[in-house]
Amino acid sequence: MSEQDQDKPPEEVPVSEPESSPSEPEGSPSGPEGSPTVEAAAEPEPPKEEKPPWLLNPQVPQWQDEDDDPTAVSLRTSCPGAVLSARSFAGDLILVIRREQIAEVAECLKNELGFGYMVDIAGADYPDREERFEVVYHFYAHSEEKRIRLKVSTADGTSVPTVSHLWPGANWPEREVFDMYGIRFEGHPDMTRILTWEGFNGHPLRKEFPVEGIDTGAAIYPEYYDQSQGPISGDGTGWKVPEPPEEPVAEEAEEAEEEGPQGDGSPAGGPAENGATTDGAS
Amino acid sequence: MTDAVADETEVAPGETLFGVREMELDFGPQHPSTHGVLRLKLKIDGERVLDCYPIIGYLHRGTEKLFELHPFFQNVPHTDRMDYVAAATNNLAYVGAVEKLTGIVVPPRADYIRTLLCELQRISSHLLWLATHAIDIGAMTPFFYCFREREQVLDLFEEYCGARLTLNCMRPGGQPFDLPVGWVDDCRAFCETFPSKVDEYEGLLTNNRIWKQRTVGIGVLDPDRALEYGISGPMLRGSGVDWDLRKARPYAAYAEVDFEVPLGKNGDTYDRYLVRVAEMRQSAKIILQCLDQLPDGPIMAKKPRVLKAPKDSEVYYSIEGPKGEIGFYIVGDGTTNPYRCHVRAPSFITLQVLPELCKNHLLADLVALIGTTDIVLGEVDR
Repeated sequence: MSEQDQDKPPEEVPVSEPESSPSEPEGSPSGPEGSPTVEAAAEPEPPKEEKPPWLLNPQVPQWQDEDDDPTAVSLRTSCPGAVLSARSFAGDLILVIRREQIAEVAECLKNELGFGYMVDIAGADYPDREERFEVVYHFYAHSEEKRIRLKVSTADGTSVPTVSHLWPGANWPEREVFDMYGIRFEGHPDMTRILTWEGFNGHPLRKEFPVEGIDTGAAIYPEYYDQSQGPISGDGTGWKVPEPPEEPVAEEAEEAEEEGPQGDGSPAGGPAENGATTDGAS
Repeated sequence: MTDAVADETEVAPGETLFGVREMELDFGPQHPSTHGVLRLKLKIDGERVLDCYPIIGYLHRGTEKLFELHPFFQNVPHTDRMDYVAAATNNLAYVGAVEKLTGIVVPPRADYIRTLLCELQRISSHLLWLATHAIDIGAMTPFFYCFREREQVLDLFEEYCGARLTLNCMRPGGQPFDLPVGWVDDCRAFCETFPSKVDEYEGLLTNNRIWKQRTVGIGVLDPDRALEYGISGPMLRGSGVDWDLRKARPYAAYAEVDFEVPLGKNGDTYDRYLVRVAEMRQSAKIILQCLDQLPDGPIMAKKPRVLKAPKDSEVYYSIEGPKGEIGFYIVGDGTTNPYRCHVRAPSFITLQVLPELCKNHLLADLVALIGTTDIVLGEVDR
């Protein structure tokens, strides 16, 4: 072990330790070369054997600018103002696109640049950013064997133009992004939930959605749900109970207020009517 | 009137029997032919399917949310359970993505072991596919034959990593275990007898008139349309598009082995059947080559004990699974857990084409189509 440490002073990172492997690495020159004093004295010795990359500390990939990548250049000329940045990381080309122009850019990619294969559409949530969501598109061009990633930022409540008219395979991934994050896609033929059930209220992959799940009707989050309620169906605005509607009749309004934190989402008139007849405390 | 009822093709377009022509029928989610919990809302006219609307999500387990909770190496079992029929390829896609993210290079012995496991998994997945596809169409014998061979493959997996189905057999950086003593010989013995078993299955089905009547011309998929849908794997190669990630972007040890990629011509169910059966044969060939070329050496790369993703990093990495391109998009934020880990599941993308394929086919053909898309609901729903 100490002989191995001897060999790697320049690249040694303080935190890392070598993983124990069942067989000793073969290329290690430390065995036959003997004690440290011999090595320190013999400086013009031939350099140590190159270690194969799996025996060295991993080389973390770095971001690189790709402004002169041909795809980025053609997109910048055909859709001016759309490409906000072009970089690459670990060999993947990543372009950040302006949200309003994503359909235009997608059309250009498909029809002119040959990216006819739709790989995937994903969403991501960065709650610290101003435009907290990101929609990530991956496309592939068979002729050049090139993969490209487009990223579009959007805020909560802002919709993104769809690309499902160009790639029918984008239909379900966009529905999944809507279901998981709440990002709507304008022009999508069927913008409904896909993985969660109809009536589910919440967007599971948002960072504030609890991993344990939300209780859609039973008694786990009483401060958010009325226990007599089932799932609140409709637009999936979130899992907080919506504000009670303004009651036209003053007595009913009083009754509704005195119900406390629970009965707010109930259909208008229900508890109020019961309260009027049986509830002596009001 | 009785003539019109007896011979369906002579009913005029506007004419109806009870005032209604179409019927809406729910196919699933509990149905033995849907291969899991898939629900199809069918619009049928007698026996003819006019439209189908798949409703999924019955097996949604929130895997992508769970990925964010655990460190990278702990997420490997989650990946097993997505496409539960082909766990090794899921593992490899995830582990490969983590390695790409952190810059780890895997030793060659680990690459070869991974290739062996993935090809065995491909054989096992295609055997299960053939068994269930045949039994859905009505041929019961291939089911027993295929499962007999699949048992041998699962025994090999059990010898290697202790599990038959949810293997958890890879780690970021390499392999957790080395091949046990005698595993190479067992594997070789299996692969040497396997082509004769595939001949048995082909002898039952390939030139069988009934099989051909049930599968030729059913679900013809146009290649350009398939690419627009994002379809990959045997479903795409059945339509004649020569694209296999093992050849186009070789990973693990695929660059060092020699194999062919079978292609279909017409894009119908019969061609996809032929493609998958031929892939099984090619997998056996790959395995034998890997066993011959297996290098010695370490099986785990040198990596930090606590594996952290670099800050502000993201990768997409995909491999050729038995069902198509399975990929992982991982975003790292400098901690031990992925910030976002999205799975590109081939079955999810492939299932979108079902409404287009099933138009004007009979209800029995719809069952054949669900089989030919080779979906696994664990992957569709994650």
